[in-house]
Amino acid sequence: MPLTRAQVERIAHLCRLELDPAEIPQFEHSLSRIIEFIGELDRADTAGVLPMAHPLPGLLQRLRPDAVTEQDEHALLQQNAPAVAAGLYLVPKVIE
Amino acid sequence: MNATTGAAVTGGHTGVVWETVIGLEIHAQLATRSKIFSGAPTAYGAPPNTQACLVDLGYPGVLPVLNAEAVRMAVRFGLAIGAQIAPLSVFARKNYFYPDLPKGYQISQYELPIVARGTLEIVLEDGTRKRIGVTRAHLEEDAGKSLHEGLGGLTGIDLNRAGTPLLEIVSEPEMRSAREAVAYMKKVHTLVRYLEICDGNMQEGSFRCDANVSVRPLGTEKFGTRTEIKNINSFRYVEKAIQYEVARQIELIESGGTVIQETRLFDPDRGETRSMRSKEEANDYRYFPDPDLLPLALDAPYIESVRAELPELPDAKAARLCREYGLSEYDAGVLTASRELADYYEAVVHAVPQQPKLAANWVMGELAAALNKAGLEIASGPLPAERLAGLLVRIADQTISGKIAKEVFEAMWASGQSADAIIAAKGLQQITDVGAIERAIEEVMARNPDQLAEYRAGKDKLFGFFVGQVMKATQGKANPAQLNAVLKKRLAG
Repeated sequence: MPLTRAQVERIAHLCRLELDPAEIPQFEHSLSRIIEFIGELDRADTAGVLPMAHPLPGLLQRLRPDAVTEQDEHALLQQNAPAVAAGLYLVPKVIE
Repeated sequence: MNATTGAAVTGGHTGVVWETVIGLEIHAQLATRSKIFSGAPTAYGAPPNTQACLVDLGYPGVLPVLNAEAVRMAVRFGLAIGAQIAPLSVFARKNYFYPDLPKGYQISQYELPIVARGTLEIVLEDGTRKRIGVTRAHLEEDAGKSLHEGLGGLTGIDLNRAGTPLLEIVSEPEMRSAREAVAYMKKVHTLVRYLEICDGNMQEGSFRCDANVSVRPLGTEKFGTRTEIKNINSFRYVEKAIQYEVARQIELIESGGTVIQETRLFDPDRGETRSMRSKEEANDYRYFPDPDLLPLALDAPYIESVRAELPELPDAKAARLCREYGLSEYDAGVLTASRELADYYEAVVHAVPQQPKLAANWVMGELAAALNKAGLEIASGPLPAERLAGLLVRIADQTISGKIAKEVFEAMWASGQSADAIIAAKGLQQITDVGAIERAIEEVMARNPDQLAEYRAGKDKLFGFFVGQVMKATQGKANPAQLNAVLKKRLAG
């Protein structure tokens, strides 16, 4: 099932990707081919097959003890931020 | 009926009887020392961003590692509500963009949560009991906090809270009034504190809820379109927000409109909810299993070891207090509202084993009132259980009357002295010497010949007058039972 232009635009929005309108037909085509390829899975018999949560079979999550191991490094880390004030990372105003 | 007292509301315009349908999603911050996927501390109130490490900040190349204690706490909760503990659960990424979520996704659980299908029983004000289903409870990480004030039109981000472990407890849509929703929320609140998995501090946001609210004509099956009221952090606001939202939806439908599925915020100052954003479709979050985390496996021996450590739970404790001490269900419910209160009560009863009801009355009455007035929790109050018991011993052995006991209680509260020391210092021992009581009665009778004559002429009501006068003459120290008996005899002539 080929994707529509509107679907491509919506996916781009969810991913916060800005597309040049001229690029959209190309993505309609290439994304539709990817979906079609994955669609082959619909034809596989999956009765009795558990959904796979991870590609490493048999490995399970390890746990760490509840202990504080990290020090305060905010002065160092905030050197990477474009703007900080009073210890806060500053971003353009977001109000819902 | 209306939204404040019961399940159904009659519409003002159409006479249609509307039924309210409520489901709650409660977020309980788990009381771990470190975060769910990193070794940064979780303490509340630290200076901004001093408790956010590389993992919490979503730096490239870091890996989350799951906190064993967060898992244990989730399992404790699951076992306490009789739920299934998943032998295998999976962490998923919930994708959305917001500056307080630096990774661009929240690690949560989606298709395979750690806890599924439990139940809690709530008791309504009229004493009826109702079971509320808990669909699921899953582990996830909290986001940071956004501050909008005083930053020159910018938004400031504090990521100290990012990565704090949360247990999201999702109920079935089985509550039918705001009151039921509050009763359920209180029940969960009590339970998480009994289990010592959450400090329950609602002002600090450790325990908060989202309410899904819809209405439908009573007797119909199909749910109406729901709205979600986000981040309510007090029991009172939950009640007010739901009442407002129910009235708004009914008004809207009856005037020809339709409810749209959206997220709303409750504004406590104005007592109303208002639209925050239209709800994105569930699949907009593009959940998928987090490739950084492997499936979490919990085996039966582990689950049983957690079960073995469960404390006595509120319902079991209340039932035992009824059975062992002959308390009413109401009293037992009040006394088991917190583990600390119940422990305190039992420590008092231990010291005055013959007086469980007297102990209950004092703990729920004078003590609760004094704590409330001082804004103190039971554990931080100035009156240890043994000392309150010392007072009750003196009531029970008739050294002092209940009325004098209140005076002694106040002095104990203020001074930290024992009941006996205060009774001795103030000379408050009850007069149980019949001779002394008789002398006091004689004096009162001699001073009030008119009232005496009227009483003897049949004005029974004056008995109370004489009791009052004798009590006054003895500074309230006459034993009331003895006084009544002797007075009746003497007045009769």
